[in-house]
Amino acid sequence: MRASVVVFPGSNCDRDVAVALRNVSGHAPDMVWHGDSSLPASDLIVLPGGFSYGDYLRSGAMAAHSPIMKEVVRLAARGTPILGICNGFQVLTETGLLPGVLMCNASLKFICRNLTLRVERNDTIFSRHYQEKEIITIPIANHDGNYFADRETLDRLEGENRIAFRYTNARGEADAASNPTGSQNNIAGIYDKNCRILGLMPHPERVSEDLLGGLDGKPLFESLLEVLH
Amino acid sequence: MTLASNTLPDQPLSEEVIAEHGLTSEEYQKIVDILDRHPSLTELGIFSVMWSEHCSYKSSKFWLKTLPVDAPHVIQGPGENAGVIDVGDGDAVIFKMESHNHPSYIEPYQGAATGVGGIMRDVFTMGARPIANMNALRFGAPEHPKTRHLVDGVVAGIGGYGNCMGIPTVGGETNFDADYNDNILVNAMCVGLARTNKIFYSAATGVGNPVVYVGSKTGRDGIHGATMASAEFDENSDEKRPTVQVGDPFTEKLLLEACLELMQQDHIIAIQDMGAAGLTSSSVEMADKGGVGIDLDLDAVPQRELNMTAYEMMLSESQERMLMILRPGSEAEAQRIFDKWGLNFAIVGTTTDTGRLIATHNDHVEADLPVSMLANSAPEYQRPFEEIEQKPVLSVSRFEPPARLSEALLNLLNSPHLCSRFWIWDQYDHTVMGDTIIPPGGDAALVRIHGSDKAIAISTDVTPRYCLADAFEGAKQAVAETWRNITCTGAVPLAITNCLNFGNPERPEIMGQFVAAIKGMREACLALDFPVISGNVSLYNETMGRAIPPTPAIGGVGLLENISQRCSIDFKNVGEDIIVLGEEKCHLGQSLYASFLLGLKDGAPPPVDLEAERRTGEFVHNLISAGEVSAVHDCSDGGLLIALAEMALSGNIGANISIPDEELAHGLLFGEDQGRYVITVPASTTDRIIMEAKKANISARLAGNTAPGQLTLGENDTISLEALKKAHEEWLPNYMSG
Repeated sequence: MRASVVVFPGSNCDRDVAVALRNVSGHAPDMVWHGDSSLPASDLIVLPGGFSYGDYLRSGAMAAHSPIMKEVVRLAARGTPILGICNGFQVLTETGLLPGVLMCNASLKFICRNLTLRVERNDTIFSRHYQEKEIITIPIANHDGNYFADRETLDRLEGENRIAFRYTNARGEADAASNPTGSQNNIAGIYDKNCRILGLMPHPERVSEDLLGGLDGKPLFESLLEVLH
Repeated sequence: MTLASNTLPDQPLSEEVIAEHGLTSEEYQKIVDILDRHPSLTELGIFSVMWSEHCSYKSSKFWLKTLPVDAPHVIQGPGENAGVIDVGDGDAVIFKMESHNHPSYIEPYQGAATGVGGIMRDVFTMGARPIANMNALRFGAPEHPKTRHLVDGVVAGIGGYGNCMGIPTVGGETNFDADYNDNILVNAMCVGLARTNKIFYSAATGVGNPVVYVGSKTGRDGIHGATMASAEFDENSDEKRPTVQVGDPFTEKLLLEACLELMQQDHIIAIQDMGAAGLTSSSVEMADKGGVGIDLDLDAVPQRELNMTAYEMMLSESQERMLMILRPGSEAEAQRIFDKWGLNFAIVGTTTDTGRLIATHNDHVEADLPVSMLANSAPEYQRPFEEIEQKPVLSVSRFEPPARLSEALLNLLNSPHLCSRFWIWDQYDHTVMGDTIIPPGGDAALVRIHGSDKAIAISTDVTPRYCLADAFEGAKQAVAETWRNITCTGAVPLAITNCLNFGNPERPEIMGQFVAAIKGMREACLALDFPVISGNVSLYNETMGRAIPPTPAIGGVGLLENISQRCSIDFKNVGEDIIVLGEEKCHLGQSLYASFLLGLKDGAPPPVDLEAERRTGEFVHNLISAGEVSAVHDCSDGGLLIALAEMALSGNIGANISIPDEELAHGLLFGEDQGRYVITVPASTTDRIIMEAKKANISARLAGNTAPGQLTLGENDTISLEALKKAHEEWLPNYMSG
């Protein structure tokens, strides 16, 4: 699996996701500068977490206009898998590759804690190493993780089974207490219509090593490795 | 470029102007003597910041020199941007703690944020990538009308800066006390990692080398911040808001990456961040350390605002700026890197052999000053001090026992002093960088050295109520507790930084607290081989004559050679034995039981027996290394029962606690005797471990065993973990939403 991790000014989880990819695949990904206009041949493009452009204007809004994003959009149209984590998810919505927007958390505060998620489907290239409806624990660390879309978009996402992960309690119930960001429909992550693009707020790369408090993020990378080799 | 210095005006400045700069008339006369003329206004400004308490340590220097600073693993002690220790394999750990008290009270978000930004610059200017942030916060009484607003702003500011930088904030401590109502303390610590052969220092050397300014543009913010930090507050303190700087963590993230990229190569002779007193202190200190002069062309300084004067540029404390001396010929490559990161890069001067700082602006010499006199001739005061008063040790019989032990426990856990700090650290990204092994909530945080099997343990500690009762014992205790917390993780404590927060040193009783604290710190550092490698002094923390309690915050760092030999506080298994190590004397004086539950603030704090401290700590260290213990926690605030409750709540496993003497129960469970640890061990090893402890001259007692679901105290006093958890977790969020 040849992966490229895009580095924007202000990205700060680029190293973390590179380590997780290397640990799973045995290959260090290419780190690609946002100002470049082309990517090395890639089986997977990762937009990492962080504060690209300091989150100024709106999270992900400026990064969406980086030179490299033209190429990312072009490759996305040709089916290259894209994973956007946290700020990367925000960039994907700002680019229009995924619908909706990530607003300020309902508490108006940064939140860094482990949350339980339900894996909504396990038949995508990102999720095949999970069980269907498996309950996993992955941390979030964001200020703007409150997913919002209009009713029509939400209905379409739900109808097309494009919710990747949902915040739930340990019993798998999507209640308000399990959703401190305030996301609509408890959405933690969504797919594009072909399930080749995944955007999620939780950080699977932070729970891909037992020493760091969990392994629930690792199957996501293992799923990609199985499909992309 | 240099014009003759006699073009500078030789006019006396008014007494009012001198006083506005925080200088005494004697200090002004000293300046006139040094220059053999009257200073220009810009020169007066430069002297005033260099000679401020904040930059010159004029009241504290004499005593700071008595602290132990050496050990075989110390690469750099006090005197640089931060201290450096060797942790083996070519790795160096660089760390420092610094206060941002006055600005945080005036504007809590920006004050705290720029405190974090400043301390990170101190660390990465030396070539280290920051790997962990810590903090030590003191707020006023919860019922004080400003407290909630200050807590909210400070916590958001710390998080806002560190989170954006992508450096985990892994722990700290927070106190609430009415004595901080008008003077909160925000002490921020940063720990970074470098290679021992790639450490960068601040001594400018050579003549004709380019002086380069990088980072943000200079604005009018923060002018006289250092002077403000060297004065008391009064009823008009709110008017000082314009002296608080505004932080931009995004720019600092770029500055970090650009500096580290440039540091990969051999272009930098010297580098220093522009922190307090900005361009003035960075240029003067770099020139002084290298024994050179610097010519500064202020027209070349990147400016954010129009028509800035030399005075403003020299004194601005705009954030996210660095000053470097480059090797000649390195300018183009350095500029390429800073251009890539979108940062300002400007050659603003050259090093000279004149030994003078000469600043020109619009073809006028605005300042022409002797560097060495500026840096080294600040007045040094041996201020008069009063010996602190010894308080009597009160016996346990002076303290009323509670009606029910479990109820006292519940009340303490549900107090501002011992409640869960989750509401705070939830706002700090503590897992970014993928190396946090023990997150906030343990004794010390444990952060892996990236790509290795080693880890760094970090803890910040001080108990202000002990220091108020006895600054000598309190400071000793602060060092010992830091050492103990690091020991609990399995790491070997290596060195400390400190942040010495006190009131007005011109008052003999405050100076007496300072002197006593230094003596106590010195004694503990010597006994525990725990040298001071960096630090900061914050004086004048008082308002309308009311001072804060002496608060010598200690930030310690230890090394764990092998992460498999670590320990944490949470109970791991039901049915294990619980052993208390260390002498139990039922010392309730200055305990939280006495002060919070009984309202008694008399008596001496618990004394620290440093020999026993070391013996017990080394014994615990060996148990952890040998894999003999499943959990370790020290007894600190609140005593043994609080330690047990925290272990139970962390592991979600309860315990049966024996009470060997009903009469002394409250002393045993809530006494704050020092040098004690709680450990859990398999029952089959209990007798052997207790015997080994006694052989090593360490008190040891079987205190109970772990059990499901609840804490049982003695025969029939039980309380469920659920009730404990609720009490522990609800206080702070309820308070903050109030």
